[in-house]
Amino acid sequence: MSEGAVALTLEPEGVSLGRADDQSLRRRWAASPSALIGLILVLLVFVTALISLVWTPYPPLAVDPAHNLSGMSSSHLLGTDQYGRDVLSRVMSSAQITVYAGALAVFIAALIGIPAGLYAAWRGGAPGEAVLRLADLIYAFPALLAAITLSAAIGASTTTAMIAIGIAYTPVFIRVTRSNALLVLSSEYILAARSYGRRPLAIMRRHVLPNISATIIIQMTLLFSLAILAEAALDYLGLGTNPPTASWGNMLQDSQNYLNKDVMLSVWPGVAIFLTVLGSNLLGDGLGDVFDPRRKR
Amino acid sequence: MIRFTARRLAIVIASLFASTLIVFAILAVLPGSTAQVILGTQATPDSVRALNQQLGLDKPLWQQYGNWLQQLVTGNLGTSYISQQQIGEQITQALRVTGPLVLFGMLIGLAIAFPAGIIGALRSGQRSGALVGAASQVGIAIPTFVGGILLIIIFPVKLHLLPASGFPGWSNPGQAIESLILPAVTLGLVEGAIISRYVRASISEVLQSDYLRTARAKGLTPGQALRRHGLRNALIPIVTVVGLELTGLIIGAIVVENVFTLPGLGQLLLQSVANRDLLMVRDIVMIVAAAVLIINMLVDLSYRVLDPRVMSRV
Repeated sequence: MSEGAVALTLEPEGVSLGRADDQSLRRRWAASPSALIGLILVLLVFVTALISLVWTPYPPLAVDPAHNLSGMSSSHLLGTDQYGRDVLSRVMSSAQITVYAGALAVFIAALIGIPAGLYAAWRGGAPGEAVLRLADLIYAFPALLAAITLSAAIGASTTTAMIAIGIAYTPVFIRVTRSNALLVLSSEYILAARSYGRRPLAIMRRHVLPNISATIIIQMTLLFSLAILAEAALDYLGLGTNPPTASWGNMLQDSQNYLNKDVMLSVWPGVAIFLTVLGSNLLGDGLGDVFDPRRKR
Repeated sequence: MIRFTARRLAIVIASLFASTLIVFAILAVLPGSTAQVILGTQATPDSVRALNQQLGLDKPLWQQYGNWLQQLVTGNLGTSYISQQQIGEQITQALRVTGPLVLFGMLIGLAIAFPAGIIGALRSGQRSGALVGAASQVGIAIPTFVGGILLIIIFPVKLHLLPASGFPGWSNPGQAIESLILPAVTLGLVEGAIISRYVRASISEVLQSDYLRTARAKGLTPGQALRRHGLRNALIPIVTVVGLELTGLIIGAIVVENVFTLPGLGQLLLQSVANRDLLMVRDIVMIVAAAVLIINMLVDLSYRVLDPRVMSRV
């Protein structure tokens, strides 16, 4: 029996990528409008981040006091801030911070959580239980509080904040990886692989990881959204990305002092955060339907 | 039940203990001495040493940790070396703002979540149901600080209604409540969006149950059947979510207090971070963490009380 065939009969609750059948995968994307909208929004953020690396209408840090708080105009589409910096350029370059922050937190959580979850599933018994208890302890500590504490100790930065957020959400990956890996490990082809002497790491790589990857990707998408929310909040509180580097969170904080002069200064970064979070939420929720048509309705 | 309660209590105490270790460890690795930070760059080494001694920061780490644990258990948190005020006193003052804010926020959240969730469940597949679902997706994606600023733009800035920031103190209850309205609505909108999804899911499940079909077969309308037989059953999982979301509200309040410059626990925490008042930071962080852990335990226990089926399985 080939691996692809096994994957289809497997996993009562988990989902599989179904990569053998690209045609139907494409149809399922089309049939899940919310996943498609989410994908487009998330791609938009990534593309904006990439474009802003090579081009923004003005340099995002270029100060022009003579034209500060100019409001929307043909030369500054979204207006300028209190120092005369171009808001569109700053909103665009902030996408870099968002992508970096989300990716870093997801990377850290996955880097620790997936191996730990696989280990807990493979070993079981007391060591497996110990991993789970540790995960519970970490999970009980609120993520934002952990990030604030770490910033207080070693100073605020995007990286500090996302290390804290990444570690705080590690337990989610441990639990999801473990429970899905347990399902795969209980199947007969794993028994077969073990019986002809395949080593644990090889079994994980060849059989377990491919079969649980869909669930993990969904979790990554949802964590991405949580992480950028946390990052924006920490930036807003002055505990994340340091000025003058633009981020949607610190732009919002700045703009709040100028609400009487130009409310749109607050609206643009707010809309950017909203669309990004909405996009990754919709994508995360919708991916389940795309990967697993049985789940639909 | 007693065995279960004892077990949960033991886990919470272990978690609290672990949290104190984590918080202490994170804040103890601070680069530069705390006394140096307070006295500034002009300080002489002698004066730094003297202050270190006064604060007990010259003692070995384990002794500092022991002292802190003792302070936490006895509730005597000592004096802040920045504000020169009692830390316990300042935290109690702040809780008088944060407590009501969280409570009002939750009430508003529930007032939104129940109608929205029930409409969403009863009208699923219809336009109004889909609309409620879309609204909750939107509500979840708006962070509290964005929503808060939006409300400030609409009410104080454009309509000249309600204060945009500050808090007059409880000696003037009318104005105090007035200045809590927008912050509470900010928290409530987000919570309402989150909880409404659970309300909808829970009610939809009940609607598909056999006993409700029987009630319908007797001739009750969907609304009547739901009121007489469905709501109580649907409430069980919702109570859990409401409890867990209470902890989300406490964390959310930290952010919202800073949007509306309310002198609550969140603002005190951030001010202490800005002033590098680390002894205050670790106390506040521990109090918030303890609140979250204890609420989670109570939720867990209430779940067992509410649903006897869970009890019999324990």
